Amino acid sequence: MKINKKTIINVIIAVGVYAVVQGLISGGMLSRQMTSLIIPICVYVMMAVSLCLVVGFLGELSLGHAGFMSVGAYSGALFLTHTELPQLPAVLIALLIGGSAAAVFGLIIGVPVLRLKGDYLAIVTLGFGEIIKSIINFMTPITGGAKGLSKIPLYTTYRNFTFVFILTVVVVLLVSNIVRSRHGRAITSIRDNYIAAEAAGIPVSRYKIMTFVIAAFFAGVAGVVYAGNIGILKPVNFDYNTSIEILVMVVLGGMGNIKGSIVAAVILTALPEVLRGAADYRMLLYSIVLIALMLFNNSPIKRAFMDRRNMRQAGRLQKEGE
Amino acid sequence: MDLVNSILEQLINGLRTGSIYALIALGYTMVYGIAKMINFAHGDIIMVGAYALYVFVGLLGLHPVIAVLLTIVVCSVLGITIEKVAYKPLRNATPLAVLITAIGVSYLLQNLSLLIFKATPIPFGSIIRVPSVKVGSLNISGITIVTLVVTTVSMIALTLFINKSKAGRAMRAVSEDKGAAELMGVNVNQTISLTFAIGSALAAVAGILFISQYETLLPTMGALPGIKAFVAAVLGGIGSIPGAMLGGIILGIIESLSKAYISTQLADAIVFGILVIVLLVKPSGLLGKLKIEKV
Amino acid sequence: MALLEVKNLGISFGGLRAVDNLNMTIEEGSLVGLIGPNGAGKTTAFNLLTGVYQPTDGTISLNGEKIVGKKPAEICQSGIARTFQNIRLFSKMSVKDNVKVALHNQITYRLAESMLHLPGYFKREKEMDERAGDILRVFDLEQFSETLASNLPYGKQRKLEIARALATNPKLLLLDEPAAGMNPNETAELMETIELIRKQFQVTILLIEHDMKLVAGICEYLYVLNFGTELANGTPEEVLNDPRVITAYLGE
Repeated sequence: MKINKKTIINVIIAVGVYAVVQGLISGGMLSRQMTSLIIPICVYVMMAVSLCLVVGFLGELSLGHAGFMSVGAYSGALFLTHTELPQLPAVLIALLIGGSAAAVFGLIIGVPVLRLKGDYLAIVTLGFGEIIKSIINFMTPITGGAKGLSKIPLYTTYRNFTFVFILTVVVVLLVSNIVRSRHGRAITSIRDNYIAAEAAGIPVSRYKIMTFVIAAFFAGVAGVVYAGNIGILKPVNFDYNTSIEILVMVVLGGMGNIKGSIVAAVILTALPEVLRGAADYRMLLYSIVLIALMLFNNSPIKRAFMDRRNMRQAGRLQKEGE
Repeated sequence: MDLVNSILEQLINGLRTGSIYALIALGYTMVYGIAKMINFAHGDIIMVGAYALYVFVGLLGLHPVIAVLLTIVVCSVLGITIEKVAYKPLRNATPLAVLITAIGVSYLLQNLSLLIFKATPIPFGSIIRVPSVKVGSLNISGITIVTLVVTTVSMIALTLFINKSKAGRAMRAVSEDKGAAELMGVNVNQTISLTFAIGSALAAVAGILFISQYETLLPTMGALPGIKAFVAAVLGGIGSIPGAMLGGIILGIIESLSKAYISTQLADAIVFGILVIVLLVKPSGLLGKLKIEKV
Repeated sequence: MALLEVKNLGISFGGLRAVDNLNMTIEEGSLVGLIGPNGAGKTTAFNLLTGVYQPTDGTISLNGEKIVGKKPAEICQSGIARTFQNIRLFSKMSVKDNVKVALHNQITYRLAESMLHLPGYFKREKEMDERAGDILRVFDLEQFSETLASNLPYGKQRKLEIARALATNPKLLLLDEPAAGMNPNETAELMETIELIRKQFQVTILLIEHDMKLVAGICEYLYVLNFGTELANGTPEEVLNDPRVITAYLGE
């Protein structure tokens, strides 16, 4: 097996982050507010990284990612509230159930995914998220409806940080491994030019569905962790706003950049809590950041900058060629 | 007889909501036809219209007619500004970038009004004072009558404008082929601005009718009708003006019937379910044309 | 048996008959040109052969196997690869990854292997890197392996597109105006490259081209399309001196 510098650095970062956070928790050096942030950060990292697969690599806009999360959260939580198993096996099975249930919904959304793209697909994913929300509301006897599903065992709180942290690392690792493989290349080629991808023998339909199923699975897993942290689920926790927040993380992270998505997820989850009173301005800030980033990415300034860089690179290659 | 009456009543309710959807859907469809983008912020213009009316009537005490006119002006100017600032620089960008920007604008409007007017709903009585009419055993409210009259007049005016006027012809030309229209001497920027202005003006009217019916102001009040109107536009065939009207009315009736006879909670799911089915079965909508991508 | 057999191929878009009653027989190992004035239906014919469009009537068989009704990706796997008139590269991927995408069906491993980076992953990826390197070397693109495809100069982008098509290991290679936008030097270089890949990859080539010097220089047989129908076919000398062909290009 090849172990290169990058891998070593990544391992050091992961272990370092874990050591520091775990140290702070066991040393009791974190305020209650800070500890309450630890698990949400992990949840949003998983959400952002999985959405990154769809938006950044497949190049399709999904506005219903919170819908997949809610399917995972509810199905995992329902299992946890009814099982007699000890904590660890119960959580593992709940994660599997949550992920699989969400993946099934990913498969269902796969049908429109095959026939639509761009604006239309974005709207359908949005509608899909809303449909899931309505159905959860409607199934009151099972889900508790608008009042919420409560008394979920708190199995994935900051006290189980080690477990949640490992899980998050595994999710990130699995997603980035896919990206750097023949499967990931197939997905990315669809983003860049789906007609050429088909002509090069990529079964475009299968990979589109696969991407949505994988992303939905991990969103479901994140949902289970979320449920086990706050103990009560309400449909409003998974509305369109949540989907947008995750999208902002992916866009801010530089679409198609997994590390960027992670950093953006950490910052955007922590920031509003750290800067108290700024909560009112949070969504306003998000919207301004979204618009500004898109305008900047397509501005003449950025283009001139990129052109200069490309010219330099081309010049260098020319020299090497000679 | 009771059942017939109740169905008739729901149909009229549906027609009322549906014609508001149709007004909003027209904005989506016109902008899509010309700028080839989904203006996600369109629904929030409704909200701005409703709040503007509240400020002019409720806070400044202006005469309702003047307030309505001012509201329409405010929304039109807002529509033009949004296009100039946020969308125009992205005309050659990827659809993904444009869509994300539009979502950003939608959020910006919602959160600005959240900061200014706070999250608590503001009650705001209707400015429409028309007595209700009794037809047989059926009671048709004044708001319903006004809504139906206003939307019918707006739609006829819009159709005449687009088909008969010079500016309308320019709009049709730009929507067919921007480049060719420019070469023929059509001022594309002006035409796009005009489209956003008209779309936003219609949204303002929709906002006024909407608030007259629901009588409560909320920063997020535009989002859901906006999305549903978009569904209506897709249902009718995006880019098609008669399609938007037809789609809006069909959607309003379906929603009203499912709320009354199936389930209130499931009504939204049904509306979005229709969207998914239409897009899968006939992506071009009822009256739309399908485009084939050139390879 | 011929490699490619096209019989009575036709497609209508609404009332427009873009290709009508097209018949072609392409022998294995040959280099055939498809020419005709603009709008004659040449690219549409390519789109029919590669499954982008479904023909309204007629049959296409590759090595005796009917391929009408198959999806583009399946047709690629049966052995037809193509380039595009307006270059379609995976622009935000590296040059090497562009070729590796095309190796997708040649060197495979399972999803679990890629998720967990199992030993199979490393072994197969190494094979892919080697194969991609081999192909890029033929096109003199090896030193650009890590460059983003969109940053390549135009002529090299055209070459990369051919390299990518060849990576799918085709029996038949369709080139859609490979010399478009090239200067005479680049065109001459391209002609050499085409001859070279014919020998090295033992591939049959059908190309659309407007550059008559290139067509007369390397093609062994020509089909001429005009208004969607076949106007003439034969050796380059026969066809290019055919008065009907000259009229079609230059008018009466």
